[in-house]
Amino acid sequence: MKSYCNGSISISDTTVPVVLTNLRFKDYLGAAMVRWGISRNNFRVEPGLYAVGTPDDSSDIFVTANYKLSFDHVRKNLYGIDGWILVLDTKGVNVWCAAGKGTFSTKELVKRIKIVSLDKVVKHRRIILPQLGATGVAAHKIKEETGFNVHYGPVRASDIQKFVSNGYRADKEMRKVTFNLSDRIKLIPNDFMYGKFYLLGAMLVIFLISGLSNDGISYKNFSDEGLPSILNILFAYMSGIIITPVLLPYIPARQFSIKGFYTGLLVFLILFFVDFTGDNLVEKTSWFFIMTAISSFLAMNFTGSSTYTSLSGVKKEMKISLPLQISFAIIGVVLQIIGKLI
Amino acid sequence: MKDMIYLTDVVTLELFEETCNGCGMCLKVCPHDVFELSGKKAHIIRRDYCMECGACALNCPVNAITVNSGVGCAAGIINGLLNNTEPSCGCSDSNSSCC
Repeated sequence: MKSYCNGSISISDTTVPVVLTNLRFKDYLGAAMVRWGISRNNFRVEPGLYAVGTPDDSSDIFVTANYKLSFDHVRKNLYGIDGWILVLDTKGVNVWCAAGKGTFSTKELVKRIKIVSLDKVVKHRRIILPQLGATGVAAHKIKEETGFNVHYGPVRASDIQKFVSNGYRADKEMRKVTFNLSDRIKLIPNDFMYGKFYLLGAMLVIFLISGLSNDGISYKNFSDEGLPSILNILFAYMSGIIITPVLLPYIPARQFSIKGFYTGLLVFLILFFVDFTGDNLVEKTSWFFIMTAISSFLAMNFTGSSTYTSLSGVKKEMKISLPLQISFAIIGVVLQIIGKLI
Repeated sequence: MKDMIYLTDVVTLELFEETCNGCGMCLKVCPHDVFELSGKKAHIIRRDYCMECGACALNCPVNAITVNSGVGCAAGIINGLLNNTEPSCGCSDSNSSCC
């Protein structure tokens, strides 16, 4: 039996597993790991119907994705409620992303309602979907194809109880997506791991350049200059992946690439004043280009984690910033090489 | 906290008010409070807050809303450019996951 299950109940000839509403250590550990990208592709639950408490044919049905973090949020917030959870097969992806990708979809919901014979489990025809599932599900088509009325619940599972006691009405605040500091911080580990190959690649390039000098390549250069160079790359990476997301609303400019440029510039200036940017002016200048390019590019990628950037907007921003970032990176590397050789 | 806003005058969202039946579904599904209902019609009141998620257009029973929806994600757009496809998260094949 799965760690989140606690027995089963029978209803209309089928057996439905009953899930716990309190999370265990194992659930928290799994959540912490998945934030860092560990066993991310296996963090899922079996799609299908689950019971919470002792539901009957008049109990509410809550629909969610089979990403275990989503499932855990829902069951935790159904504490004290007798209800049903219908888990869709979203390939282990959360509700909003799955709705965008087309796995949390009208087709999947219709299919899942039929597979579990939902019309035999309950007498009413009311199913509650997370609001963010609306990007993939057309409520009127569900009605047409299954007879069930979709009620879009709140954005956050923590508002479910309030939504139900309000008579299935969500107020304005329950309907709005936020992007608070805590939301942004939770995303940092995943982004940090997601960009690790960029980071290692850039570190390798800069390490190889650090071996150069006007006397040629030497082991001494690698040992003297290699580590500081690699650290500078790491600082630029952290500027884009950590500083920009944390300070996001306070950095001037709307474009994420410009926000990342500013934080990269700030980090460069700090390192410049503590004399951590090389021996001569060419090398120092090269670090300006390299660090702002890296920081700007990574900050731009944070648009994918943010909750308020549009496709049209990101395309517009990238048209200008991506060529600039690439140019800055090339100029920076060339100056870095020249700086080592003079 | 004040709502965060991205670039202005760039969003492709359109609402055809003559087609609108005033059901209010777009108000329910919008995560950024873009619409309001008055005079039995929906109106766009906060266009620049729209993130083009497409929930309103998909859930409009009379097709009164159009939007060029997709992921507002630079990595996804780069993937699309490299693979010559629509923008999508780097991990959209069925066996892996992201976001």
